[in-house]
Formats: sequence, structure tokens, C-alpha cells
Amino acid sequence: MLSKLVGNYEETAAIILFCIGFSTLLFNRNLIKKIIGMDIMDSSIYLFLASQGYITGRKAPIIVDGVESMEAYINPIPAGLVLTGIVVSVSVSALMMALSIRLYHRYHTLELDRIVALAGKEEV
Amino acid sequence: MTLVQNFPAFSILLTIICAVITSVLKRKSASVLTTLVIFVNLVMNFMVMIYTIRTGESYVYMMGHFPAPWGNEIRAGIFETVTMTVLLFVILFSYLGGYRWSAARIEPSKYNLYCVMVELSMLALLALIYTNDLFTAYVFIEISTLAAAGLVMAKQNGRSLVAGVRYMIMNLVGSSLFLLGVVILYTITGHLLMVPIHDAVAQLAETQEYRIPLDVTVALISVGLGMKSALYPFEKWVPGAYSNTTPTSSAMLSSIVSKGYIFLLIKIYIRVIGLPVIDMLGITDVMFVFGAAGMIMGSVNAIRAKTTRMMIAYSSVAQIGYIFFAIGLGTADGLMVALWHLIAHAATKSMLFISCAELNDASGNTHMRTALKGAFYRSPLAAAVFSLGAVNLVGLPLLSVFVTKFMMGQAAVALGGRHMVITLICLAVSTLLNLGYFMNTTVSFFVRDEASYTVHTPARLTKFSLIGFIALNLILGLCAAPIYEILLTGLSRFA
Repeated sequence: MLSKLVGNYEETAAIILFCIGFSTLLFNRNLIKKIIGMDIMDSSIYLFLASQGYITGRKAPIIVDGVESMEAYINPIPAGLVLTGIVVSVSVSALMMALSIRLYHRYHTLELDRIVALAGKEEV
Repeated sequence: MTLVQNFPAFSILLTIICAVITSVLKRKSASVLTTLVIFVNLVMNFMVMIYTIRTGESYVYMMGHFPAPWGNEIRAGIFETVTMTVLLFVILFSYLGGYRWSAARIEPSKYNLYCVMVELSMLALLALIYTNDLFTAYVFIEISTLAAAGLVMAKQNGRSLVAGVRYMIMNLVGSSLFLLGVVILYTITGHLLMVPIHDAVAQLAETQEYRIPLDVTVALISVGLGMKSALYPFEKWVPGAYSNTTPTSSAMLSSIVSKGYIFLLIKIYIRVIGLPVIDMLGITDVMFVFGAAGMIMGSVNAIRAKTTRMMIAYSSVAQIGYIFFAIGLGTADGLMVALWHLIAHAATKSMLFISCAELNDASGNTHMRTALKGAFYRSPLAAAVFSLGAVNLVGLPLLSVFVTKFMMGQAAVALGGRHMVITLICLAVSTLLNLGYFMNTTVSFFVRDEASYTVHTPARLTKFSLIGFIALNLILGLCAAPIYEILLTGLSRFA
């Protein structure tokens, strides 16, 4: 079991990071820390995905010396997926940060429990 | 390929282009363009629906004619087109029906952005229903989340901002779980398109290779999409999100946004993993338990709700419970009931939210349930529409939700054993609870507590939308048998 975890160290690291990000996003009460947790969680998935595309001894799939054999290059699809995923993550992070700024200006705190309590006292 | 077969792709492209244009328009033009794009999409999807029903076949459309893995595919069949057409009717009536309140409560300079969010929600729904690629599904899940967050925060007051944050947090957890599930599935199968994954998964199941990753994948995807569609106990964001925003947003969130995720889950179970493998993995038992808990707890919370919108919001949790309960039966009949209830609930819940807004307005702009006493005499049309929605959700014969309950019971009896007993008990208890809170509210509409009432006339668009909702719900109820048959044909060709 341990040898499998060490042998697949990229995937192991990705899963550990995912758990850290997941618990931070769910259980931390600070909005900025939640956003950091969310980014760690997303990055861990991209690390997992990128490690799946990498094949030891092969190059990035850019033809420079006229070598067209598929055997010479790593799998480019995970890299493409990671790029798309990063764009999505950036958009989500931007929205969450903008929202945090709005809430901070309104309630002067970033603690979600406190914000919820203050908002609950406002009129419907 | 005929012109009609291009329409699903055209719908997606048209909505993207219109969303970009809408972002720079003024309020009125933005609203007209949004209505127009919903209507055009409706007409196009209606034509594709007729085409697929006539031919009885589904087809795969390669975007840009690039084959997999470089290109992207969409698939249109009876299952997808019928669902999409009904949901587009719901979007049209929800948008027009709630226009009056949206225009009044959203800053005029930002109204065009609200229209963009409506269009993006529709875009995400189109993509989630038609896509044949799991990673594309993930991208549109995130687009749907961002657009829905915009809809939740439309009023820009403290409560709606907090509701938006809570919505985002829960939904982002769901999206990440889904993405991790898709990534592991890609790792063990090497594909992202649904059909090749299905073949690879069937082979893996036969050889029992990668059994644990396959279990983990199905669990991650199911829980991720369950969290996003407000499956109990992940529904904590629902009351705030549905009750602190505009009526259009509430109607769209409950009827459109959550339904896209559920449709995707049904699609993944049938077209990606396959029902025999799903049955082997046992994930449906978990859905069955969560669904049952949602059916009961949603209704219990609805009874305790003080405001009408909160009651309808919790009722949504109960109805989502019905859908997951039906999925949890783990049979083709169960999935068919889930899809039927998805459509029936979408048409009914949006109608309840719009009519509730009209009733609240007529009753002195209050949201309290107790203030709706005598509402029928103040706003007869809205009270009648709300009552129709309420009796439908309770399960009155000749209406669409009765078909859900009847077919769910039949599917459970066919299954036998403990599934049958639990289903019949849950259906009975849930129906009694539904009766408790809906009838309590509806009966109060007809109680005269004043000597005379001023009749409140709904705005023209609201009236049009309420009549449209009545027609849609009556068609779904009275023509349930032929529509159900058509969907059954679609299901048989869905795999």
C-alpha cells in the first residue's frame, strides 16, 4: 500500500491537497481562507490531471525537429483540459473575491458566521 | 444532415452571442433581446423535438466536424428535446411573469447584466442537456453556477449577498467533486466522450479491474451533482437563495438550474456508467436513502416556514427528494419517473413562485403566510394558479405529479421487497405532509376576513405568464399518457 502511494506520489500529493482545500472551503469561517481553500482544491485536481498526461522520457507535443510519431510526445489532452479548468477557476475566484469585498464594505468583517448574523438582523 | 438537426448547436451559439450583445444594451433593449432569444430557442427546440419524435431516432452532431478527441459532440434525441422544450417554456414564462418585480427591484443600470445571467443560465441548461462530453459538462456546470449566483444576488441587499456566498460555497464543493470524478474516470478509461466511456466502463466492470476508482468516481459524481441540485442534507443554501431574490430568479433557480444538474446525472447513469454497472456498484441505495430523507424533511421544514416563499423553497427540497428517490430505485422505470418528475416539478414550481409574488403584492407586499388570508378576493387569477400548483404537488389525479406518484409506486411494486414497502410508506407520509402545508395555505385564500376587497389586477406580462403556466401544467397533466409514452421511447434509445 505504502509503496503504491510513494510510487504514485503525484496523485497522492494531489489527493492530500484536495482534502486540505476541501476542508478549508467547507469548515473555515473566513471568506478569504475559503477562497484559498477552493483554489488549493482546484489546483490539486489540475495536478492530478497533468500527472496523468505526463509520460517519462517524452517531450511536450510541439513538433520542432520534424518528428511526427506519437510515441515521441506526451498526451496533450490533459494539458488542454487543465488550461480550460484554470480559466474556469480564475472566473470563480474573481467572483468570490468581488463578493467578499462587497460583504466586507457592508459588514466590516470577513467572518461568515458574523456576516450571516448581521444580515439576519436586516429587514427582508 | 437536415437544417433542423443543426438547431441544438445554433441554439447554443445564438445564446452565447446574444449574451455578449446584451451586456452592452440598455434595460429595455436587453429585456427585449432576452425574450427574443428565449423565444427563438423555444421555436428551434420545438422543431427538433418534432423531428426526433417523427423519426424516432437520435443523432450525434460533431461541432466544427472535428472527430473526438479533438472535437466536441452534442447529441439530440427524444429524451433531450422534449425536456428542453418544456424547460424553455418554463424559462419564457418565468422571465416574463417576473419581469415587473425584476425591473422594479434591480438597479436600471445593471438590468442588462441580470438579462445576461438569465441567458447564461439558459445556455448552461442547453449545453448540459445536449452535450455528449463530460468535460464540456463540467465547464457548463461552472457557467451555470456563476450565472445562478448572479440571479441569487440580483437584489444586491445584505441577505441576497449572503445567500449568494452560501450558494457559491456549497456549489463549488459540488463542482469540484464532480470534476475530480470526471478526472478519475478519464484516467481509468482514457475517454471524455460518453459512448467510448460507456464501452470502457462495461469492460472494466466485467474484468473487475479498477473497481475502487470506479466506485469512487460514481460516488463523487453523484454526491457532487446531488449537492448542486439541493439534495437533502446538502440543501442549507436553498431557503436563502430562493427567498431573497426576485421571483424570476427563484423560479429559474428551482426549475431550471437544479434540473440541468439532475438531467446530467440521469444521463451519466444511463449513457456513461450504464444501469447494470450502477446496480452493481450500489450507489442507488445511497440515493434512495437521501431521497427519502429529502421527501420527508423538506416537507417538515416547509410546514415550519413562516413565509410563503420559504415554504415553496423547502417544498422544492422535498420534490428534489422525490427525483433522487426515483433514481434510487435503480431501474429504468425509476429513472423514467425521475425524468417525468423533473419536468412536472419544473413546470409547477416556477408557476408557484410567480403566482406567489403576485399574491404577496396583492396582500400588501408581505411575504408572511398568515397575510394571504382572503387572497383569492384580492387576486383571483394568482390565487387560482397557486391553488392549481398546490393541488398538483399534493398529487391530485389528472395532474402531472399524480403520474409521478402513481408510476413511482408501480416501479416500486415491480421491484418488490423492502424497496416497495419503503416507497409506499414514504409516498403516503410525504403526500400527507404536502397536503398539510399546501392545503393550509390554499384554503386560507378563500377565507373572507374583510367586508370588502380591492381587486388587484396583475400586469399584462404576469397575466400572460400565469395563463401560460396553467396551459403548460394542464397539458402535462391531461396529456400525461402520450407524453410519458414518447419519453419512454426516448429512454429506450437513450443508452
